[in-house]
Amino acid sequence: MLVTTKRYADVLVVAAAGRIDYQNADEFKAALMPHLENCGAGRDQVVLDLSQLDYISSAGLRVLMIAAKEVRARQGKLLAVTLQPVVREIFEISRFTLVFDIFDSVQEALAKISPLALAAYESKSP
Amino acid sequence: MRIRFWGTRGSLPVSITAGGIKRKIVEALLAAAGRNLRTGSEIEAFVERELPFAVSHTYGGNSSCVQIDIGAEDYFLCDLGTGARLFGHHVMAQKGPAAPGTFHVFMSHTHWDHIMGFPFFAPAYIAGNRIVIHGCHADLEQVFRRQHAAPCFPVEFDRLPAKIEFVRLEAGKRHRIAGLEVTPKLQLHSGDSYGYRFEHGGKVVVYSTDSEHKPDDARLTQGFVDFFRDADLVIFDAMYSLADAVSVREDWGHSSNIVGVELCQLARVKHLCMFHHEPVNDDAKIASVLQETVRLEEITRGDHTVRISSAYDGMEIVV
Repeated sequence: MLVTTKRYADVLVVAAAGRIDYQNADEFKAALMPHLENCGAGRDQVVLDLSQLDYISSAGLRVLMIAAKEVRARQGKLLAVTLQPVVREIFEISRFTLVFDIFDSVQEALAKISPLALAAYESKSP
Repeated sequence: MRIRFWGTRGSLPVSITAGGIKRKIVEALLAAAGRNLRTGSEIEAFVERELPFAVSHTYGGNSSCVQIDIGAEDYFLCDLGTGARLFGHHVMAQKGPAAPGTFHVFMSHTHWDHIMGFPFFAPAYIAGNRIVIHGCHADLEQVFRRQHAAPCFPVEFDRLPAKIEFVRLEAGKRHRIAGLEVTPKLQLHSGDSYGYRFEHGGKVVVYSTDSEHKPDDARLTQGFVDFFRDADLVIFDAMYSLADAVSVREDWGHSSNIVGVELCQLARVKHLCMFHHEPVNDDAKIASVLQETVRLEEITRGDHTVRISSAYDGMEIVV
């Protein structure tokens, strides 16, 4: 499991890759939560890029629920994008599709929350 | 071992409504339209083989009661929800009141939905019967006595003709009770609950209801993987969706289909049977959750297949 970040203006794109299960959920939480500290109304928004995530178990989903609650408490936005088919089905069966706004691409999510970040993303894209 | 489900509903017994029956009839007739079904046996075969279970049957609404039949003379039950009433009537119909029997009951906990069948448990009203209520809670006897006391019920506990005993079990310890090996395990639930691992003749059945899991707690998770290890059947509290279980219903003491599949995969369980259905869910909803859970097992399967089912009142599973 690997967590990396990229900044586009006021949006932080946090990418999780690999598998998240009960054995590394703590590690995922420790890697994810610090990125949410500046998230809130008038500050950063966070997009979770799950395009390289192969599997997420209930333990990982619980971390995402904690993250979503924390961001909501700060009036921030936390979006999920580019879920692989298996992860998308897990989100649907677990009803996490009701917890997260899900988009098909980073670009689509940025267009929804920050024109500034979208412009920065498009200027960096080949 | 033959497992019979007498009550499978969580928290509160429910009944299908008049509107629910009507919807099933309409769906069944629509499915039969244009079919040449003329005899009773043709219709019965159509209903049994071609209609979805949620249309032709119902998951039922009695609260928790599961029978473990090991082919012995003594009876073994898990919990005394309203399903125990049907079990009691079944035994009376089979054996009649003249043949006394011994009934061993294993109590997950003493919340109302798990004890409310006992005042209507016919064997308790027959002299000569012996009822042994096993559990890990210190106040087990007091809870049953209080349920029978005025003004809640007209028959005082001490007036029940059967001989009723209470046996305190130690969690984590393997007990041998009338030929059945039983290991209780402490579970996360308000006031505590206990799961039971039953072993007999090389087969293992786990009854684990009213149990919340904290999926990101690796130590607790491993404890349940060990408890479920290589079981032929795990009867599992899958009352909520995972999103509900870790948010609005966190600390309500129940679990989800997702966690059930994960634990059974990790423990290499053969058959996961979802149990303690949310009372709000109608038959169509329970069937839809079952379908999704079967799919979840498929897409997350490694080198081990877990069979998935959803318990209904009247269901039997042989392991």
